[in-house]
Order: sequence, then C-alpha cells, then structure tokens
Amino acid sequence: MGTFITRRLIQSVIVILIVTIFVFIGMRMLPGDPIYLIIDRNQLRNYTPEQLQQLRHQAGLDKPLITQYFDWLGGVFKGDLGNSILSKRPISIELKHRIPVSFYIGIWAFIISIVIGIPAGIISAIRRSTWLDTVVTTLANLGITVPIFWLGIMLIWLFAVHLRWLPTMGYTSPFTNFGLSTKKLIMPVFCEAIFAIAGNARLARSSMLEVLRQDYIRTAWSKGLTERAVITKHAMKNGLIPIVTMAGMGISGIIGGSVLIEQVFNIPGMGRLAVDSLFQHDYPYVQGITLIMTAIVVLSNLLVDLSYGWLDPRIRYN
Amino acid sequence: MTQQAVTTDKSFDVAPPHINETRRFFRVFLKRGLVIFGLVILLLFIITSIFGPLFAPHHPNAMNLDQILVKPDSQHLLGTDYLGRDTLSRLIYGARMSLMVGVVSLGIAAVIGIIAGMLAGFYGGWVNAIIMRIMDALLAFPMILLALILAGLLGGGLKNVMIAIGVALIPAYARLMCGQVLSIRENDYILAGRSMGSSNWRVMFRHIMPNAFPPLIVLVTMQIGGAILAEAGLSYLGIGIQAPTASWGSMVSDGFGYLLTNPLLSFVPGIAIMLVVFAFNMVGDGLRDALDPRLRGTL
Repeated sequence: MGTFITRRLIQSVIVILIVTIFVFIGMRMLPGDPIYLIIDRNQLRNYTPEQLQQLRHQAGLDKPLITQYFDWLGGVFKGDLGNSILSKRPISIELKHRIPVSFYIGIWAFIISIVIGIPAGIISAIRRSTWLDTVVTTLANLGITVPIFWLGIMLIWLFAVHLRWLPTMGYTSPFTNFGLSTKKLIMPVFCEAIFAIAGNARLARSSMLEVLRQDYIRTAWSKGLTERAVITKHAMKNGLIPIVTMAGMGISGIIGGSVLIEQVFNIPGMGRLAVDSLFQHDYPYVQGITLIMTAIVVLSNLLVDLSYGWLDPRIRYN
Repeated sequence: MTQQAVTTDKSFDVAPPHINETRRFFRVFLKRGLVIFGLVILLLFIITSIFGPLFAPHHPNAMNLDQILVKPDSQHLLGTDYLGRDTLSRLIYGARMSLMVGVVSLGIAAVIGIIAGMLAGFYGGWVNAIIMRIMDALLAFPMILLALILAGLLGGGLKNVMIAIGVALIPAYARLMCGQVLSIRENDYILAGRSMGSSNWRVMFRHIMPNAFPPLIVLVTMQIGGAILAEAGLSYLGIGIQAPTASWGSMVSDGFGYLLTNPLLSFVPGIAIMLVVFAFNMVGDGLRDALDPRLRGTL
C-alpha cells in the first residue's frame, strides 16, 4: 500500500507541475506583448518606451523564460499569486472572498450528486425493467444532455418569475442568514449537480447490473440469502469501485459548471471572476483561478485513486 | 454391435450457420426505439444545417424594428427577439453553427488524440510517460474552463472556439487509443506482421488502427454532444460565436432579459440543444451496443 500511495502522490505532483507549465506558457503566449500582464492594454500609449522597458525590467520580463517560470512558481508557493492589472492589488485578497462562495455551492452539489445519484442508479439496477427503472434511466439520460445554463434560466423562470417561490438570483452567506441562503442556492446547486447526478446514476446502474450478473451473486442467492444481504454484503462492495472513481471525477464537472452557473445566478464566486477577468483582460486573475481549480481537481482525483486502492485490494498488491 | 457404437455426428461435417456481420450489426443497432428516434433527429439536424438556409423564412440577422418581441404568428412561427429577428430562422442557422463546431472540434481532437495515443501505446517507455502525463494535465482542467481560457486567450470567435473545444477533448481519445493499442499489440497477427518485416508505421496504421476503431467511433458520437454543449456554453458567456451571428447559446443569453414576456426566446434554443445532444447520445449508445456489447458501462 505504501508504494502505491507514494507512486500516486508523485504522479499528482508531476501533473500539477505540468499544469503550472501550461498556465505559465499560456499566459506568456498571449496575442501581443507579455507586458499586458502588468498594464492594461488601453493604457499602453500613456507610457514612453523607456518606461515600458523599466516596467518590463521590474517585473522580470526580460529574464530568460525559465528563470521567470521558477520565480513565478516560487511566488505561488509563498502565496503571492500576482497583482491584478486593473486594481494593482494582490489578487489573493479578492480570491479570499470568492473561494468560499464557490466552495460552499460546490460541496453541496457534490454531496447531492452522491446522495441522490448513486442510490437512484443502484435501485434502478435492482428493480430492472420496472417503471422505476424506466423513470430513473430516462431522467438520467436527460440529465446529461441538458445545457445547464439553460436549465438555470428555465428554473428561474419557473420558480422565481412564475411561481415566485424562490428568489431570482444572488448569494447570501449561510452564516448570515441560513434560510435565505438556502432558498437562494437551491437552484444553483441543483444546476451544478445535475450532470454529476445523472452521470452517477447511469454509472451506478450499469455497474450494479454488471455485478449482479456475476456467478458469486448467483451463489449468494442459491444459498438462500435475503435480497438485502445479497445486495449489501456481496454486490455493493464490488459495484462501488467504479462508482466511487467516477463520483470523484464529478468534481471536475461541478467546478466547470460553476463557471456557467455563477454567471446565470449572478453569484460572486470564483467562476464568475474567471469569466469577468478574462473579458477585462485581467490575466493574473485568470492565471490564479485556473491554478486553484486544477489543483482542486488533481487533489480530488488523488483522493479518489487512494480510496480506490483501499476499496479494491487487488490494486494494493500490484 | 461395434457398428452401432459408432455414431456419425453430422454436426462435425456441417459448417456453423454463417451470420452476416452487417445484418447483425443493423439488427442490434436498430433494436431500440430510442436509437431510431435519435437517428431521425440527427437526420433532421444535418438536413437543417445544410439545407435549412434555403428554407428559412427570414434572414437570421435581419432586424425589423417594428416587429420587436412579437409572439408566434403566421409571419414568425416562433416569434421575434428584441431586435425583430425571426427566432425560427436564427434557430435554423444556429444548427449549422453547432454542427460545424461539433464536427470540426471533434476532428481536431480525434486526429491529434489518436496519433498521440497510438505513439504512446506503441512505443511505450518514456514516450508513453510523457504523453500520458500531458494528457493527465489536460484532464486536470475542467473542460469548460479549458475551452473558455483557450478561446478567450486566442480572442474568441468561431475558429478559436473550435480549436479550444478540440484541444479540451484530446485527452479522452489519447487515453482510449493508448489502451486499445496496448491490448491489440499482444495479438499474434501483430507479431506475424513484425516478423515479416513490416515497418513500425505499417504496423501502426495498417494493422493496429483499423482494429482500434469501434470504441473510437463510439467515443466520437458520445462526445459530439459534449462539444455542442460546450459551444453553447461559451456562446452564452459571450466568448464563443460573436453577435450578430446566430448561435443557440447566444440566443439563450439574449432571451434572458425577456423571461417575463417572451420566455420562448430562451426556451426554444435550449430545447433544440437538448434534442440534438440527446440524439447523439442515443445513437452512440446504440452504436456501442452493436459494435461491442462488452463496452457497456465503460464508455
């Protein structure tokens, strides 16, 4: 087990390093001058060439690329993610406000995707070809096809505009007013989660169907075990392995979804900041947010793989 | 008695019934009603994309300022938007955009991904390690975020959206191809080819590639839906296809401000997106079942 953990850890570190290289190169390969990393492009003509050269030197843009990369990387480890072009202040200030917002919604979306999606899939596999199975399968198939920004808008129309049950948009911290916060966040959380719910349900269903066909399940039945014993003691553990893997991958989809959903519901989170700053050419923000989001994905994948190793003993001893 | 003990078992002399592979494929493929439904929708979609502009009642960008926000009537079957543009015509032209983005971005992803996966699987060793780590890094980005950033950095617009989504989809192909190559490599016909002196390229493209196709084709159909959804999302955000060109995503975004009075404006393009993506997914499921039922649950 030890070598397995070490191997996966090293792999994750390598992946994150490659991600940083991608992000670094991406930002440096902007159409135009890397000077746009420090000054707003509209302000370009306000500077004389000498001043530009001095700015470049101050920011270290005339050093070789490799040195720039390591300088930047070192800064990231110390927590210095750079300064916003527009406000000239460190971006970590704004990020500190935004990350908890996205995190709160994301965590709820993740929990719901597991708590609703997986049992739904398992039950529809156990009750195969009944009306329950048909309903769950249809809903799951719809869930992976729906464009979530459109779903958000339609939900707003139905529940906020038409029925007036829920507020239209915005965010309230659960610590300020839990009831209002929940009302505001039901729709965004649902929209962010739906792809993961549907995906988990589909996967849980096909995984369970696969397991239930196995000979050892038939043995369990022929031993006279109750349905509950067969499912929980024998089928679940094996069926859960691919399910857990995929459920963990759902985090990537949820984070991606936040980019769209925070726009629809006007939520002051990381995703919306990424879009806004991309439009405003405030690239340090884009850089920092990308790093954080990919780090979360890599970390969650690592956790999933480690738990996969714990669940499936065959992996450990390989 | 000895004569009676010897039985002639006819079944050894008669060949097994010959199953026409094509017939079997179509029989399994067309078994489910949903798959046929998906095929019909796809056909409609493709016909609309290619020939629709001939039948569209109005020009999609034609602004008619005395016909703003009209409800559906005989002139405008789905109403008009805030600039007087006919929704139905915009829907038809938007289909063409979606199809183009779907096909081109997938083409990019498939070509690059398949070649990368082939090289990684075939040569193994550090080639495999490098390529697969790069793919892992690409997969670490949430897909929409990667497409968003690439499209944004490159400047937005149709061409960059296609490139951005294409790049975001590469890792899936690379991984699948690599896995396929690793398993196909062990087959005897590959060994035979190499012992006959086939060059590496010949083995790769003449022998391994055709055998790797079935799961790849399924992956393509499964991913077109994702590509179309991604394009819609990017257009919704404003990074993708620029105004005034009609795109289903931007139509949803434009309609948002008029939810109270004309919910159709946002509703209809979303339904179109859902139908098309659903059709692709159903056809993909059918293809997968027909090509190799063992893939069930994995793709």
